[in-house]
Amino acid sequence: MYSEKVIELFRNPRNMGEIENRDGVGTVGNPICGDLMTIYIKVDGDRLKDVKFKTFGCAAAIATSSMITELAKGKTIEEALQITRDDVAEELDGLPPIKMHCSNLAADGLHAAIEDYKRKKE
Amino acid sequence: MKRIYMDHAATTQVDQEVMEVMLPYFTTYYGNASSFHSYGREAHDAMEDARKKVAELIGAESDEIIFTAGGTEADNIAIKGVAYKKEKGTIITSSIEHPAVLETCRALEREGFNVTYLPVDRFGMVQPPDVESAKKDETIIISIMHANNEIGTVQPIKEIAKIASENGIPFHADAVQSAGKVSIDVKRMNIDLLSLSSHKIYGPKGVGALYIKKGVKINPIIHGGGHERGLRSSTENIPGIVGFGKACELAKKRMDTDVPYLIKLRDKLINNTLDKIEESYLNGHSTKRLPNNAHFRFTAIEGESLIMSLDDKGIAASTGSACSSKKLEPSHVLMAIGLNEVEAHGSLRLTLGRENTDEELEYVLEALPEVVERLREISPLWKKDLEIEKWRKEMEKR
Ligand SMILES: Cc1ncc(COP(=O)(O)O)c(C=O)c1O
Repeated sequence: MYSEKVIELFRNPRNMGEIENRDGVGTVGNPICGDLMTIYIKVDGDRLKDVKFKTFGCAAAIATSSMITELAKGKTIEEALQITRDDVAEELDGLPPIKMHCSNLAADGLHAAIEDYKRKKE
Repeated sequence: MKRIYMDHAATTQVDQEVMEVMLPYFTTYYGNASSFHSYGREAHDAMEDARKKVAELIGAESDEIIFTAGGTEADNIAIKGVAYKKEKGTIITSSIEHPAVLETCRALEREGFNVTYLPVDRFGMVQPPDVESAKKDETIIISIMHANNEIGTVQPIKEIAKIASENGIPFHADAVQSAGKVSIDVKRMNIDLLSLSSHKIYGPKGVGALYIKKGVKINPIIHGGGHERGLRSSTENIPGIVGFGKACELAKKRMDTDVPYLIKLRDKLINNTLDKIEESYLNGHSTKRLPNNAHFRFTAIEGESLIMSLDDKGIAASTGSACSSKKLEPSHVLMAIGLNEVEAHGSLRLTLGRENTDEELEYVLEALPEVVERLREISPLWKKDLEIEKWRKEMEKR
């Protein structure tokens, strides 16, 4: 049911953990199926120097979290804000249809972390 | 990789002896049990021999058993059969039944019948006094499962059946999970209808049986050539029935050795898991539970991830997590025992079978803590009581 990429990232997630001196943090969740993910960002100038995650949820939730960190790392904030849920799913060679809504929250998590960063900067 | 199967509540492997008795009925004795020639007689005699063996497992008479295409069909025939006979009225059941019963009841509700879904306590037990107070003049059937397929709680069906019988209400029990593991005597226990399934007791899939006590009247829901006393038309699945008969015979014969063996393994699994893994809990009842069922929940991790990680280590298990269900809803059983969504999420069911060894158990006891630890490392909820609290509040608001 899952693509090989999802399974690989579930087994060996990249950038897992917290960033201690983070500049922004975003937590999103879907109460229906109960996934919860937290994305941490470290900003340098206008670039995302580091992106990490922690996730409570199914394999799809863990794989999408891992994928977003890889997609966002090194990008400018403006570029990162352009990353969509569909981009994440596409990079993972697709997600089971039923998981598209509930577990594909990583882009929202990233955007929430960036919002948090912007809010703190003001 | 070596694989370990610990999902016997889902299904079991066909026993070698069962397999052997079935084989000739595919190619040599392939007759139709209704035919008047020697082929027909061979099939018929084999079926009647199997019927006797099924009856013996539960203390029934042979002519009180009809063969079905599985446990689901037996549940449907029993409940709809009584309902259609009575034409209207109220069905009493529990909130933790298998979908084979729950969905049958829901379908009958749509047809105008009333259904009372009794609550259970936090161990998954139906309270007989609740049955007593729920029963009314218009109650047409009480259906309570003998043992729950998820958390393994064994219900006080003898007491419940007594209430039913004192009030002249037919009592049905889904014994799909308990047969061969908990002794059943339909006469002593006052049971009117009882569902069985072959594939949970080392028999083939797609065959089951319904016990119908003499004198209990039901309407057929499948119409046709009048097989199985007109209650389940369709040419009988002779190889399946023969295999099921053998599986029942073996289950009866082996219960005295199987049950203590399973209990020993189960208790070791439960005690060691609760010992080794912090914030691990047992779901279900501590003593009134199936000999082969261990059902845990672990704080801050999700069941589907857990199952996939165990599968990577060659261990086959199951979960009540929403993520793994087709509807993305947490198990109705776990919700009924009072867990919230987050708690139901972190559930793990390991169900043992007669071929599991102590060595396999040791391996599982090594692997499980590792897997739980890894997933907790990834989880934002682990050791973050505040986060969990916030999350719970969030959930409650919806
Ligand atoms: C309690 C219970 N009832 C009914 C069934 C359905 O049995 P079958 O798969 O033979 O239709 C099952 C099996 O999943 C079960 O566990």
